[in-house]
Amino acid sequence: MASQGLISDFEQMLGKENVFSSEADLQSYSYDSAVLEPVIPSLVVRPTNSEQLAAAVTKLYENGIPMTVRGSGTNLSGGTIPDKSETVVILTTGLTRILEINSNDLYAVVEPGVITAQFAQEVAKSNLFYPPDPGSQAVSTIGGNIAENAGGLRGLKYGVTKDYVMGLEFFDATGALVKTGSRTVKCVTGYNLAGMMIQSEGTLGVISQAILKLVPPPKASRALMAVFDNIQNAAEAVAGIIAAHVLPCTLEFLDNNTIVRVDDFTHAGLPREAGAILLIEVDGHPAQVEDDAAAVEKVLKENKATAVHIPKDAAEKFKLWEARRMALPVLARCRPTTVLEDATVPRSQIPAMMKAVNEIAAKYKVEVGTFGHAGDGNLHPTFLCDKRDKEEYHRVELAIDEMFDVAINLQGTLSGEHGIGTAKSKWMEKETSRGTILFSQRLRRALDPKGLLNPSKLVGI
Amino acid sequence: MDSLTSLAQRLMALDDKLTDCMRCGMCQAVCPMFGASGMEADVARGKLALIGNMAHEIFRDPDALSDKLGRCLLCGSCQAACPPGVKIMDIFRESREVVHEFLGLHPAKKLIFRQLLGHPKLFNLAMSVGAPVQKLLFRSSNDRQGTVCAPMLDFMLGDRHIRPLAKQSLHAKYGFLDESRAPNKLQVAFFPGCLGDKMYTEMSEACIKVLHHHGVAIYMPDTFACCGIPAVSSGDAKGMLNQLSCNLALLANRSFDYLVTPCGSCTSTIKELWPEYAERLDDTSARVAKSISDRTMDINAFLIDVLHVEPKTPKEGAVKVTYHDSCHLKKSLGISAQPRTLLKANENYSLVEMNEADRCCGCGGSFNLFHYDYSRKIGQRKRDNVVQSGAAVVTAGCPACMMQLEDVLSHNGDPVTVKHPVELYAETL
Repeated sequence: MASQGLISDFEQMLGKENVFSSEADLQSYSYDSAVLEPVIPSLVVRPTNSEQLAAAVTKLYENGIPMTVRGSGTNLSGGTIPDKSETVVILTTGLTRILEINSNDLYAVVEPGVITAQFAQEVAKSNLFYPPDPGSQAVSTIGGNIAENAGGLRGLKYGVTKDYVMGLEFFDATGALVKTGSRTVKCVTGYNLAGMMIQSEGTLGVISQAILKLVPPPKASRALMAVFDNIQNAAEAVAGIIAAHVLPCTLEFLDNNTIVRVDDFTHAGLPREAGAILLIEVDGHPAQVEDDAAAVEKVLKENKATAVHIPKDAAEKFKLWEARRMALPVLARCRPTTVLEDATVPRSQIPAMMKAVNEIAAKYKVEVGTFGHAGDGNLHPTFLCDKRDKEEYHRVELAIDEMFDVAINLQGTLSGEHGIGTAKSKWMEKETSRGTILFSQRLRRALDPKGLLNPSKLVGI
Repeated sequence: MDSLTSLAQRLMALDDKLTDCMRCGMCQAVCPMFGASGMEADVARGKLALIGNMAHEIFRDPDALSDKLGRCLLCGSCQAACPPGVKIMDIFRESREVVHEFLGLHPAKKLIFRQLLGHPKLFNLAMSVGAPVQKLLFRSSNDRQGTVCAPMLDFMLGDRHIRPLAKQSLHAKYGFLDESRAPNKLQVAFFPGCLGDKMYTEMSEACIKVLHHHGVAIYMPDTFACCGIPAVSSGDAKGMLNQLSCNLALLANRSFDYLVTPCGSCTSTIKELWPEYAERLDDTSARVAKSISDRTMDINAFLIDVLHVEPKTPKEGAVKVTYHDSCHLKKSLGISAQPRTLLKANENYSLVEMNEADRCCGCGGSFNLFHYDYSRKIGQRKRDNVVQSGAAVVTAGCPACMMQLEDVLSHNGDPVTVKHPVELYAETL
């Protein structure tokens, strides 16, 4: 619990309605979406404009109080769980203005608390397109997306959040304003500090404004679903699609366990014997979409797809995607605890990775269902368990540890899109190097001499 | 044993259900209360965390928990959108009951739920005395909604624009109605609900007209008690059981084909909660409640699915009407198509959809009484969507929503009338 003096100061600065100090409120900001122990902060504050945000950071810096910045709290690696009981949580959810959508120059300027899906919707009204679509987009904030470099289903063709950040304004640990990038396509003025801030997980500064790139929306799209006897054939089909120089906007897959679980729940008549399903969508100019869809269909058939479905209209297409939309909800309903991982490998290594995941699950007697972004090699092995059963949960942790080993050996990475936070920090050095950790820590200490910004996250400080 | 420990132990019974929450936070997108306050403890994820912490004795402030639990409309939007399918409404109802048993029920609520709503004759008497007197206290809000405001009752009603009590309640007009079934025709028990009996009598009369038009005989005793949802929402199981016993006595051993109500909240309570609570009474009650539940239908669904009322093409120059999905109809019972089809049965109207048609209107029954500021804020978003639709009439399948819509539209001086879909259909007969 923060001192009464500090609470009063913040109330004066931000208004009483934006300072939360009751035990009930503090406890409700002690967790995020990661399966990790909660930590109750000492105070939660909600600035409603940039000046207030700067003042809040300055105040905490002067008092040497650690701070954790939080948007909607959907982080999957613990990045928004307070570091310690002295931590003050700074909410960005009071900073929700879309300041500009510019159709001539194809950019938008937003505050960090803008909700991703709402932003995409507003942009669509101007007949423009903001592609990043993380699974939590209905609630996630742009600030959080930038701090985590959120991905989504459209990574293969359109890239991820980092590909849409043209510029940032942020406050450093002391509360000083830093500006980087611009509204122009080209800008080499100074260091690429925006690049540094992306996926910095709240450890280097507090984002107050972002300039985001927009693109023209595709005029047409076409979806296809293909069924395969085994993962190997599906993976070869994925490689074949890329080799045919087609870049689908989404290229998703579901493994057998996920297919069976989804079919049990939806009774949608999915192919329960299939080793894998691929769901593919191509988009662009109508003529190009025709060509691409035909090319994809050819590759699928050449690669032993046992069936290829092409929906005739929007309703059929919606139904086709049902299996993918339901993958996580259905898996989550199987057992009390759902540990959603995001180990990522070069896409040619998907069969090797899937084989390893299933062998590891068998070895540790844990249930896993895997789906994910096949085009990006970004798998979501989803471990189903009950964390209250300590022995079972320990086996899940061992299985995940071993899975990361495999991912790194296959020249992949610990995390494609969920971040390191505290959940995966112990693995950082294994994937990178001792020097990487030291370099990162020196960088942090130089920018944040009191070690106040999300101190225990990523590499620590 | 520490009394807080005993409270914690009772809440631990919910642990299996609570553990299903994966803290994904997707409830934030749909929660009307969170939409208005932006506070995590107001959204389902936050409340589930607090209930869990209380059960595990990490949180030890039952008054604060009670306060947080009360900041919820029980609209069920979170549960309908919850990826892992957490039984959020069950958890909230049971937690409210446990916490309020521990803290004691608010005296005003005790009076209302135990005495007034559980004793229909007393309630009816109180309201019949109130109806003529209200003229002295109310003055017209001068609006299309026909609501009144009551500056002298500011301490009680605040700045609300509400519909006055009907001059004559439905039960006073019809008495004990028990029509016999015509050959090869149906008989229904018609449950008007408190608002349908005492405030929205035109709506109830429209239902009676429509049922008669289709040759349906009506059983409607004049001493129905409240369906019980206000008591349940306040954690008062005892009040609910009183009211349920009254109603079961009136409905047992009756051979009606369906029980029909024009109120989404009553329908969902009778269908979903009566069987559950009747199990606490005795085996016979449980059996009766289950049999009634199986036969209970929302009137829109009854007219479309059983009587097969057909939609028509709107005439040229038809009046624009829009439809608000009541939470209890859509999110609890999955009824959203039938009211729309029923609106199309009147060719003088053309249906236009509003944005966020299924977003909660902000009434939430007693939520409106205790959190009127938030109720109005949530209602304003609904009002904006109604007005943007360009409709001259907004309809809803629940009188509680209608009351809220009238309040917010009246406060904004909007020329939009509020009706039940059945009222528009009745105009054609």
